[in-house]
Amino acid sequence: MPTNVLTWMIFLPLVGAIVVLCLPRNAANLIRGTATFFTIPPLIMAVWLYQHFDRATSDMQFVTKIPWIPSFNIQYFIGVDGISITMVLLTALLSFICIIASFGIEKAMKAYFALFLLLDAAMMGVFCALDFFLFFVFWEVMLLPMYFLIGIWGGPRREYAAIKFFLYTMVGSVLMLVAMLALYFYAEPHTFDLLELASRSGSYSTGFQRIAWIGLFIGFAIKIPAFPFHTWLPDAHVEAPTAISVILAGVLLKMGTYGILRINYPILPAATLDFAFYLLIALGTWNIVYGALCAMAQTDFKKLIAYSSISHMGYVMFGMATMTSEGINGAVLQMFNHGTVTAMLFLLVGVIYDRAHHREINGFGGLAGIMPFYTGWTALAFFAAMGLPGLSAFISEVLVLLGGWRSYPALTIVSASAVVLTAGYMLWTMQRIYLGKANEKYVGLPDINGREIFTLVPLGIIVVVLGVYPRPVLDLINASLVHLNQVVAGKAQVALATAGNMVP
Amino acid sequence: MSDPIAVGYLRWIILAPLIGAAINGLLGTRIQKAAGKNAIAAIAIVPVLISFVLALNAFRQLLSLPADHRFLLDSVSRWIHVGHLRVDMAFWVDPLSAVMILVVTGIGGLIHLYSVGYMHEEPSFWRFFAYLNLFMAAMLTLVLGDSLLTLFVGWEGVGLCSYALIGFWYKEWANASAAAKAFLVNRVGDFGFIVGMFALFWGLDQTGQGTLVVREIAQRAHLLDGQLLWGIALPTFITMALFVGATGKSAQIPLYVWLPDAMAGPTPVSALIHAATMVTAGVYMIGRLNFLFSMAPATLHVIATIGVLTAFFAATIGVAQYDIKKVLAYSTVSQLGFMFIAMGVGAYSAGIFHLFTHAFFKACLFLGSGSVIHALHHEQDMRHMGGLRKYMPVTFSTFFVSTLAIAGMPPFAGFFSKDEILWQAFASPHGHWWIWLVGTITAGITAFYMFRQVFMVFFGEYRGAHGGHHDDAHGSHGAHHGHAVHHPHESPGIMTTPLIVLAAGAVLVGFLNVPGGLGGSHRFETWLAPVLEPAHEAPVHEPHGLVKKVEHAAEETLEHAEHDPLEYLLMVISVLVAGGGILLAWLMYVRGKIDPSFFSDAWAGVPYRTIFNKYYVDEIYEAVFVNGALGLSKMLAAFDRVIVDGIVNGVATLTRLVSQADGAFDKYVVDGIVNGVGAVTMWVGARARAVQTGHIYSYLYAIVIGFVVIMFARLL
Repeated sequence: MPTNVLTWMIFLPLVGAIVVLCLPRNAANLIRGTATFFTIPPLIMAVWLYQHFDRATSDMQFVTKIPWIPSFNIQYFIGVDGISITMVLLTALLSFICIIASFGIEKAMKAYFALFLLLDAAMMGVFCALDFFLFFVFWEVMLLPMYFLIGIWGGPRREYAAIKFFLYTMVGSVLMLVAMLALYFYAEPHTFDLLELASRSGSYSTGFQRIAWIGLFIGFAIKIPAFPFHTWLPDAHVEAPTAISVILAGVLLKMGTYGILRINYPILPAATLDFAFYLLIALGTWNIVYGALCAMAQTDFKKLIAYSSISHMGYVMFGMATMTSEGINGAVLQMFNHGTVTAMLFLLVGVIYDRAHHREINGFGGLAGIMPFYTGWTALAFFAAMGLPGLSAFISEVLVLLGGWRSYPALTIVSASAVVLTAGYMLWTMQRIYLGKANEKYVGLPDINGREIFTLVPLGIIVVVLGVYPRPVLDLINASLVHLNQVVAGKAQVALATAGNMVP
Repeated sequence: MSDPIAVGYLRWIILAPLIGAAINGLLGTRIQKAAGKNAIAAIAIVPVLISFVLALNAFRQLLSLPADHRFLLDSVSRWIHVGHLRVDMAFWVDPLSAVMILVVTGIGGLIHLYSVGYMHEEPSFWRFFAYLNLFMAAMLTLVLGDSLLTLFVGWEGVGLCSYALIGFWYKEWANASAAAKAFLVNRVGDFGFIVGMFALFWGLDQTGQGTLVVREIAQRAHLLDGQLLWGIALPTFITMALFVGATGKSAQIPLYVWLPDAMAGPTPVSALIHAATMVTAGVYMIGRLNFLFSMAPATLHVIATIGVLTAFFAATIGVAQYDIKKVLAYSTVSQLGFMFIAMGVGAYSAGIFHLFTHAFFKACLFLGSGSVIHALHHEQDMRHMGGLRKYMPVTFSTFFVSTLAIAGMPPFAGFFSKDEILWQAFASPHGHWWIWLVGTITAGITAFYMFRQVFMVFFGEYRGAHGGHHDDAHGSHGAHHGHAVHHPHESPGIMTTPLIVLAAGAVLVGFLNVPGGLGGSHRFETWLAPVLEPAHEAPVHEPHGLVKKVEHAAEETLEHAEHDPLEYLLMVISVLVAGGGILLAWLMYVRGKIDPSFFSDAWAGVPYRTIFNKYYVDEIYEAVFVNGALGLSKMLAAFDRVIVDGIVNGVATLTRLVSQADGAFDKYVVDGIVNGVGAVTMWVGARARAVQTGHIYSYLYAIVIGFVVIMFARLL
């Protein structure tokens, strides 16, 4: 297993998808069980991976590299470093949790679970791929099941949301494809190998780097989503079924920031320094504040959480852009933390939606007295989202802002003001839904059930443990990020120094 | 500073109540059902007792050490080591934090005990004690944390617990609002705190010495000298930002507005959080970082000014309140103002001393008011009280003693601490006579409104028997309405015992810091001298950190021996002013010689109404900040929906129009040419239909299998 572990993690869910498709259509429990069964081994492998990951090196680990389409020098090249392993762990965990959270799906459930497993495989693939072409294939494969999952199992405006999601991402993909091909042909001999491309970054002219950077960035920015490419997200979330929202916010958004760290940073370091210092930091700040303010105005619970995601992903961009060890570590930690916290939030919205069949914040009231355990869980998730110390998001936000201060004190202050805004919309929501007199309509609503708690418990534990003791993640990511930071800073200087001689 | 002495027990001061909170919080419902409320109480109180004993032990251990070696450190584990940031989970005790943990665990323990009686009818008894214990853990983290980041964990933690406890009776909308308001206003302060913390780290980091560990900051603070941020001296910027944090937590202008509303919580909470402990966090933080504040005289002036203004304005509001707890709430804001005066004039130990004495008498006053409220079945309006002296002798005498203490009557605790502050406000190099003057007037107002309260509640005739029941502060005490209207009765022993202990403190603790002028030796100040710069030290910053100050401490004590005759004079004046306030209250509310309406009607009642309505600050904040933020958010959301998303949809529509035009072109022009090919197309189409079954499954098979084939075709 050791060398092929990542391959197994990618393709087991795919096998699962095929197996599920072969099952009889009406065997509901069999389908559920099978789907669950195929997400458990990746989870176990993730734990194994976590234990055997060498924290001292920034090199790629568990690498598999075989020629795939030799005529174009395309390889099946996978591996993980400190940046991607956190995302692989997150994907394995959330996939398992979301399968459980999907047990309530009744419409065409066979297709649902098959598509879900296919999505799982594609997500894993994106985070493991070290060949740009392979990365792109997984990236595109992931789109398809997502489109169907929103478009078929979504809410009333599902088709609009699904098409919007699909087209938006396709626009990004096209730009990414162009940039990828440009990089491929620019490199001599032509290659899609990300590490190889990175090692040659010194030979790219600054002009070329900038154009390629922007192309890739827009592709990734749509996924994050960065303003002004974010409007697909609230629609997609509102329409998507609970588990898909969890995956969307918990994993898919991270692909945007991950892509920037994996591709833009090491391969186009000079442009990164150029743009990171202006574009990325500005967008990060704007996302944080704008997302928080937009969230405050929402009356749909899920839309509110969606906008809060936009705000929280702003921290990731902000931290990445600081180009400091604190900031960039904080950014990757925030990617992981946001994945767990926002997953909790969407699961919790799902709990109430399943019972009340609406998400109008002003349509509830006093649920604390009716569903005390549910309220307790919500309070934990809300305070985690607010970045309360002792819970995980606090540490990543502090690191991001602390790193930001060194280069951008004014923007850091603006970003930090979101602590007030976030508390504002979270507490206001808390009050309107859970506090006050119990709404007569919902007296007798059953409290959160065992299955729902089961999906929340692992996330809750992670949120608390990482808040008190963040080393499990920080130790994983630190070596790779310190290395990346040095590479970008060092190579960028070389590139900028020689840029005068090179005309693109 | 010498190396710290490593110990392993400090963590348990925090962990014990945390474990208590976890047990009651997670299993409370079951325990309460199975073993009753006493089991809950035991689970909550025993950890506090453990903490108290450990705090005493730490104190004893410090005492056994020479003054400049009083420093215990418990390093639990690495916490955040990233980049230049090195923060550990570590807790320390020095003379300053030793005082604080004794106050927190000691008074906190008494309040836990009292709560057993006060909350005995509460169905969510377990939840209350879980929150109380969690609060203790957070407050102790704040005090014991050895870095600003660990301090901040506690800092926000107490905010959280405050939120939970103010909104304890969450079914009342007003309570929930008060809780949210408290948390939000505190968050504004926290924002200031983190900005200050980042600026501080950055300033030190620029010299290659970045740290957030307090004792390291103390040694390196001189590196900040001469650094600028946007043209502002960095120490001034840092301390101003931190002070914003302090105004939030310690309820000073402009962020005091949450504290009076916080009285929505159960009364023991008001005593514990909103009088004795949490609100002192800002004062403690300034004391903790006093070396930094001493580097920023401009900030000190702001602090002193804010302090004296807060003290004065809150006192004037207190004059016109009728809710027994609101009077005490404003008096807390006002007394905290006094502490900030002390901090602002550089008399740090005087501020901490007032914090210390205030904790006793204010806890006693709040618990006393709770005892009254309990006896009157949740009546809080003083106009429906009166004559309670007869029915509640213990509550009355302890309340009375504490009132004397807060009014600054010798020889009660408040006299020593408040007089020290007023004297320092006058005599310290950072002080000014006008601060002294306003402070002294405020002391007079304090004496007036506190005795107004005592007289309205305990003297005269009982006015409540016929008044019937008034609005409960909360909804969950329906059980009380079963009581027939009868005379109030004294509270049970579990509630009066803490009152007696606290009242004894209100009498005695002042003697810990008798000034030289009265034959004392400033023992409290001497104890804190290794940590806190003595007030008389020149405003110039001492670059060598703490070590030097210890040497100064000895000289300081001597200096006090040569006291200024002016000190006596000011002392006499302030006692006379306070006495005047008491006399006025007596004339108005006991003898009836002066009708209160004389004041309320003066000048058409405008000044009175302004005070009665708390200067309309809440209304102004609501209009400007709350509605401002909401308006902005609605505007941006509309922008997002109409403009940003509008462009997206617009592009989509445009694309569709173009494609339709293109389609028409295709249909009528291109297709016209290839019409002949159509027949062939039809023929192929009929055969290919089998593929397009319209079933999602078929597509799926195609997708999955196609993908697999592509993946593996080349591998094999």
